[in-house]
Amino acid sequence: MHSPADIATSWPDTIYAHFRRIGIRQVGYVPDAGHSRLIALCQKDPQIADVVLTTEEEGVGLVAGAALGGQRAALLMQSSGVGNCVNMFSLLRNCGFPCIALVTMRGEFGEFNPWQVPMGAITEDVLRLCGFLVYRVESADAVDEIVGAGCDMAFNGDLAVAVLLSQRLIGPKQWTR
Amino acid sequence: MDRREFVQRLLVDRGDLLVVPGLGSATYDVAAAGDHPLNFYLWGAMGGTAMIALGLALARPDRRVAAIPGDGDMLMGLGSLATIGVKQPRNLVVVVLDNARYGETGMQPSHTAAGIDLVALALACGFRQARTVTRIEETADARKLLHTEEGPILINAKIKPEDVPRVLPLRDGHTIKQRFIAALNGA
Repeated sequence: MHSPADIATSWPDTIYAHFRRIGIRQVGYVPDAGHSRLIALCQKDPQIADVVLTTEEEGVGLVAGAALGGQRAALLMQSSGVGNCVNMFSLLRNCGFPCIALVTMRGEFGEFNPWQVPMGAITEDVLRLCGFLVYRVESADAVDEIVGAGCDMAFNGDLAVAVLLSQRLIGPKQWTR
Repeated sequence: MDRREFVQRLLVDRGDLLVVPGLGSATYDVAAAGDHPLNFYLWGAMGGTAMIALGLALARPDRRVAAIPGDGDMLMGLGSLATIGVKQPRNLVVVVLDNARYGETGMQPSHTAAGIDLVALALACGFRQARTVTRIEETADARKLLHTEEGPILINAKIKPEDVPRVLPLRDGHTIKQRFIAALNGA
């Protein structure tokens, strides 16, 4: 049994378990505090090629190439990264590539930096306009069900699915002078 | 070099090579060299050609993969050179068709026309080899790099800025994808 305190900190392990369950073999990411634990789990896994990107839009190409080669890939990004991907997302829609994107939210609940707010406020709408199915996770105990369903929909249906991990789940970025 | 002749010679007897041409003239050049189910023709996604090829190269380390972007496409995705440099795929070769122009939009000069050096950039990003090809006689060397040398490799092919007749391959993305996957993965 997990205690509530365990669940609150171990949700990245839950996402990683789904990656293993559905056979994710490539993970593209730009380093991110919210995803740091999940990234570390992927880096340690010899079955997963971890690909550190200079910009999130590279990851869209990576996902497409992996699918062409018969592998499943996932994208990890911050909400600001969604804005970097917009034109490249057309690749997913034009060709029907499966894609699971885990998006850590900035610019919402408890954000200290107003410069994060404009992109964070439109992230969900942008993803929908780009053809994604979008699901939000507000609490750690919902991660398992929503990420599991999202992964299944993406790879069973050749769909683009984004799961938004709310800033309330991740916790606001700690900012010190 | 004549772009069609270069690509034709580069891809002759291609064996089981996987080819990802970039949008615009690169896709037409690869189509003109002969349609093949293991061509993933791009009609968009500018800047993404090399990254699609990286995902493919990581998924299929048993096969050689050629990304064939134009110079504008490569310039838009310069960061992908650094990303490829980190991963060091042994089976990936990027062949840039560099006419120093944006051919699809009216032949405006690109950054390479001003001397920006893609070969130097690739080497700085950790590519094992990078070289410029300026004469058609060197295509045999480029072909050898493509098929046998350890990647990541970048070949910058200097081609003449000229309008050549368009050779249009498949355009429906689902069809291009499914044909490629069926030919490569048997699904």
